[in-house]
Amino acid sequence: MDLTLTESEAAFRDEARDWFAKNHPGETPRGDEKVEFEFRRSWQKTLHDGGWAGLSWPAEFGGRGASLIEQTLFNEEMGAADAPLPANVLGLVMGGPVVIAHGDEAQKERYLEPILSAEEIWCQGFSEPESGSDLASLKTRAVKSDGGWKITGQKVWTTYAHEAKWCMLLARTDQDAPKHQGITYFLLDMDQAEVEVRPLRQITGEAEFNEIFLEEAFVPDENIVGEVGAGWSVAITTLMFERAGLGALAVVGLGRAYEELLKLIAERDVGSDPSVRERMAKLKIGLEAMRLGAMRTLTATMKTGIPGPEASLGKWEWAVLNQEMTDLATEILGVDGLKSDEEWTYRFLRSRANSIEGGTTEVLKNIVAERVLGLPRLR
Amino acid sequence: MNFDLTEDQREIKDVARQFLESRCKLDDVRKAADAGSYDEGLWKEICELGWPGIATPEADGGQGLGMVELATICEELGYACAPVPFMGSVIDSLVIAAGGSDEQRARWLPNLATGEVRGAAVMVDSSPWVAIDTEGATVVVTPDSKGVGRVGEASELEIVPLDLIDKTRSYGEVASTDGFGEELPPEHYQGVLKSQVALSAEMLGLAQRAMEMAVDYARDREQFGRPIGAYQAVSHRCAEMLYAVEETRSLVYYAAWCADAEPETLPLAAAMAKAQASEASWSVVSSSLQVHGGIGFTWEHDLQFLLKRARTDGRLLGTPKQERARVADLVGV
Ligand SMILES: Cc1cc2nc3c(=O)[nH]c(=O)nc-3n(C[C@H](O)[C@H](O)[C@H](O)COP(=O)(O)OP(=O)(O)OC[C@H]3O[C@@H](n4cnc5c(N)ncnc54)[C@H](O)[C@@H]3O)c2cc1C
Repeated sequence: MDLTLTESEAAFRDEARDWFAKNHPGETPRGDEKVEFEFRRSWQKTLHDGGWAGLSWPAEFGGRGASLIEQTLFNEEMGAADAPLPANVLGLVMGGPVVIAHGDEAQKERYLEPILSAEEIWCQGFSEPESGSDLASLKTRAVKSDGGWKITGQKVWTTYAHEAKWCMLLARTDQDAPKHQGITYFLLDMDQAEVEVRPLRQITGEAEFNEIFLEEAFVPDENIVGEVGAGWSVAITTLMFERAGLGALAVVGLGRAYEELLKLIAERDVGSDPSVRERMAKLKIGLEAMRLGAMRTLTATMKTGIPGPEASLGKWEWAVLNQEMTDLATEILGVDGLKSDEEWTYRFLRSRANSIEGGTTEVLKNIVAERVLGLPRLR
Repeated sequence: MNFDLTEDQREIKDVARQFLESRCKLDDVRKAADAGSYDEGLWKEICELGWPGIATPEADGGQGLGMVELATICEELGYACAPVPFMGSVIDSLVIAAGGSDEQRARWLPNLATGEVRGAAVMVDSSPWVAIDTEGATVVVTPDSKGVGRVGEASELEIVPLDLIDKTRSYGEVASTDGFGEELPPEHYQGVLKSQVALSAEMLGLAQRAMEMAVDYARDREQFGRPIGAYQAVSHRCAEMLYAVEETRSLVYYAAWCADAEPETLPLAAAMAKAQASEASWSVVSSSLQVHGGIGFTWEHDLQFLLKRARTDGRLLGTPKQERARVADLVGV
């Protein structure tokens, strides 16, 4: 056990710190979602040109072959520099890693570079109106046609579908197989008339996510990841990367938010309130446990390649902590914490999704109970 | 950077687990608790293995290993709920090593390391002052966060036996330390922080064991025609136990590592570990009792030993509330 950085890790961190100091794009424009998204796209391009996008991806696909530790150090520096998130989060966190893990050579050649440069944005078409937590019950249907598949059905809550070129799409290719076996993992080109995207407005007022209507949308055979009928295991890999990735980014974001909360407490002069002190101490303990847990997951993942079910704990902790932190902040703010244009109010509302997106907390508890503790499966 | 035990550390932990699995079954814990005494045979073997001196410097007659190694032993002793006077001797060793004069070190540390003498420790931050591992102790330390601590012969201090719910170790009450023994300068407090980590590691082991008992029971016990672990009210409880145990594990081993490698961070890390371990171990043992139903509430069931020790440990060397107040101070609220 050694939590100090090696010389080369420290050098890497300094290099990242230096780079952020020189290349920070300035304040993210707020108010217009499109403008904000394009700002983050061009920021990602800058990251990519600097060689910082997809750090841990193999060098032959535009990454740096960096270790997961270096990726973490980079994330920490990104947080410390208060730099914006890149635009293509789903491609970077899930799409690319899944193609690297399960894709063939041609797919790696085709998809990875444009993910890094943010030329092609990715989205995740898993959830359906009737299939949320019970994802394997999905009904979107793929029918064999010449050289590919025609897909019909509906997806929902699809983040960034309105910006996306590619969709990681789960569809049923075998109606008769048991529910986990008839599913295939497609990469759907969103640029076709047979794909209709309708925005869904969220509780925060923004429209980050969408509905997708598919009417015989075409996907060629070469756009299948893994084998026909073997999409479920690719989907599980995607979710593992999603939870681990969200957890890792969240550690950085939460740490920064905690600092802001300390400032707020000083400004509002509530630091002597015993309940504020108690809640802040609990939050600090939770944040540290989460940061250290992420380090442990990282050490384990370095040995196995793909994050295991214990990464679910980090995603679960994130939801608990972010909701508690924004709850405390808005409570301290009083009426200001109800104002629509207050940043903490926005975060407070947005954090309500944390225990739903990427697997609800209840589903994560099921996973921990069944896959980590070996309790009987719920039937 | 690497957050995992080294091969050597894992080996120490595995060997401890195996040894205690054969030498300290819960039946043995019960025998000692019923008799109101320590398992003297077990203690002798533990001393032969050199565990009491594992973190004592070699120059002082110990093994010269670090807090991470000590934490692995404490975790396993907690897992076994071992009825031995380990913690008192360890606290004494850590406190004397941190603040003792050359003469005090020479007098006590080698003998504590071999188990030749046993140590008791008085917690003057509690009210009333509770002494732990009093039975058969030769030396006593009375560490104090407010400055000067004391060390001296147990026979010079008036210790009134205290009947606490935890019967796996002995406790006493001390009314005054006026004029007792010799002074320890404020530096001794670093040893108290380390002791908090050791005690937290013990609670981690207690919680781990109580969680495993709940999970095993939830797999076996059937009601309404299926294992109770198939009901979410039960399985989610177990998942929450894992959440609590793993958070505790991260914070305990981090604090142990800080003690060895980054002492300036130890005050915060130890306070976080102690607050977390106290709260989490209690929530896990009490939740485990609920999973066990009526049987878990009986005197016959072994869970009681874990539950009572966890409850007691949580109140020694700083309550969760006191430690959280310390955390709030240290982060600058
Ligand atoms: C902001 C946001 C962004 C999202 N982005 C995407 C995206 O990009 N792509 C995508 O595919 N999906 C996305 N989702 C969808 C998300 O994955 C689903 O909302 C989630 O899986 C839950 O499904 P559901 O909404 O249908 O709720 P349901 O599954 O209907 O759940 C309703 C309630 O029942 C509980 N429940 C359900 N089953 C069980 C069970 N077995 N045991 C115990 N409790 C249970 C749930 O925990 C929940 O409390 C997003 C969601 C949000 C909020």
